Amino acid sequence: MALRTILLAAGLGLAAIPASAQNAPSPPIEVPEVEEEGLSGSVTDDSAWQDLGIAIPAFATNAERSTAANSQGTGALGVELGRVVFNDLRNNGLFKPVGPDSLPRPDYAQITAPAWPTWQGRAAEMLVHGYVRAEDDGRLTVGCYLYDVQLQQQLVREGWVVNAAEWRRAAHKCADLVYSRLSGESPFFDSKIAYIAETGPKDHRVKRLAIMDSDGANHRFITNGQATALTPRYSPDYAKIAYVSYLNGYARIFVYDIGSGNQTLVTQSQNPTFAPRWSPDGRTILYSMAVAGNTDIYRVPATGGTPTRLTDTPGIDVGGSYSPDGSKIVFESDRSGSQQVYVMDAGGGNQRRISFFGGRAATPEWSPRGDQIAFTHIAGDLRVAVMTPSGGGLRHLTDSWQDEAPTWSPNGRIVQFFRTARGSGETSIWQVDLTGRNERRLNTPVGASDPAWGPVLP
Amino acid sequence: MKKIALAMTVCSVLALSACSKKPPAELPPAPQDTSTPTPPSPPRTGPVAGSQEHFRQVMAGRDTIFFDTDMFNIDAEDQAALREQANYLTQYPNVRATIEGHADERGTREYNLALGERRANAAKNYLISLGVAADRLSVVSYGKERPVALGSDEASWARNRRAVTVVMN
Repeated sequence: MALRTILLAAGLGLAAIPASAQNAPSPPIEVPEVEEEGLSGSVTDDSAWQDLGIAIPAFATNAERSTAANSQGTGALGVELGRVVFNDLRNNGLFKPVGPDSLPRPDYAQITAPAWPTWQGRAAEMLVHGYVRAEDDGRLTVGCYLYDVQLQQQLVREGWVVNAAEWRRAAHKCADLVYSRLSGESPFFDSKIAYIAETGPKDHRVKRLAIMDSDGANHRFITNGQATALTPRYSPDYAKIAYVSYLNGYARIFVYDIGSGNQTLVTQSQNPTFAPRWSPDGRTILYSMAVAGNTDIYRVPATGGTPTRLTDTPGIDVGGSYSPDGSKIVFESDRSGSQQVYVMDAGGGNQRRISFFGGRAATPEWSPRGDQIAFTHIAGDLRVAVMTPSGGGLRHLTDSWQDEAPTWSPNGRIVQFFRTARGSGETSIWQVDLTGRNERRLNTPVGASDPAWGPVLP
Repeated sequence: MKKIALAMTVCSVLALSACSKKPPAELPPAPQDTSTPTPPSPPRTGPVAGSQEHFRQVMAGRDTIFFDTDMFNIDAEDQAALREQANYLTQYPNVRATIEGHADERGTREYNLALGERRANAAKNYLISLGVAADRLSVVSYGKERPVALGSDEASWARNRRAVTVVMN
């Protein structure tokens, strides 16, 4: 499944234009936060980016050849590659891209030597060029170049060798390259989402485990719906998904191995076990178990073994999300009388409450950047919100009747959650930027809930 | 094809004619009733006693108890219903039961799974206090996954915050 990154040579027989790293537009404005526990959060002011036009024409090909990736050959594939890059950047909301369907098509030689006059009249400050080559072994070589139109300079370039079936990944890598170079953020387009697909009436919902690419492509159902599946989580290496299933009539945690299709039972208890979570190194699974009216958080080695109990209060302690360095866990507990957010050391010590605003706070998730905790704020309606790891800086990201269970994109920039419609109970997956902007619904085949984002694919 | 059809018709006529019998000259004697009369058994029109259908019928709604928002305490009405359940379970001592705990939709999923278990457990504990053996009772939580009332209003949510006792045999 690995993608091979290649250094793009001046292999097209033209002089390579040296990348100029000093070409960035004015630096983003930092919003300073109070120093807390050595972690400081900052959210860049993106208003400068909103008008940044990026032209993304179709990718060129050195020779029209048939390929498993597209029934009409590499030329048509080049158009599709451009469209995937365009849609990634357009949906992200950070820039104003224009895609292959509205632009002239460059030829192969122009990929490394753009025809500047074509692009300079078009109110596009940035230009993406790419090529695709079908190799004899069936694989594809895809090159991606980002140019500053005004300065007529190449900003960054990279290439990849992929199996034909994984052509979309090369496009996502290109979008990631452009996005990272221009925004300064880490990449996230080349990643996958696990979630629960929902069908059926409100009092008899069929819930199936499903996975898809971050843009909704390559959708696949994993379970058949005979037993209710809930709350999936990708392992950090993408090899497995931990989730809850009612296979035997009660809630138990399974790990599904994506490569082999095997299912392994993680929790053997007759007591309900739920809320599975992976540690950042993939070696530990957290889970919650309800015994005689009391729910606590446990951890168990991902390969199996003896569980260790982490919480021990006469209340409901549930969930749990590791800090990116694995040293702490944020979780929810009603030990104070209502659901609130707590932080503890990864070994269970030093448990302390951090949510002290009104209402209830639930489903906390630590950002992969370590600087924010996303959670569900319940005060009348259920809203997605963020706060710092010490409980300050509360900001609401959504304002709807019922939004819950936020999880993070791999770069800690986008929060994903599900929304329940009042009355019908229909669910859908949404994303919103950390600034609260660009709230958008993900296209899924049927109803969707419990979304969990995996890391960037290597 | 027509020949076969004709042949079949002829055969069936023959078969029918072969079936017509004359009644025997003398009928066999009527069977003598030599056994002692058994008391008439009740007509089998309802569900089997000790089954889930029977339990539901007898309980007439008292197989379910209800809770306030976020609460799991057993109020007076719940106590009355649980007493009826305990009586039934005493009457049919071979029967086991599962108590299903539920929550309304107006909360987060994982907390509601925990809350459902808490409610089911509260019902179980009360049944035990009324003399039902603990090993006859098990607990399951469905959180907010199995509502019975479909609206998004207080009345529907009140009906969904419940613990339902289900008999298993």
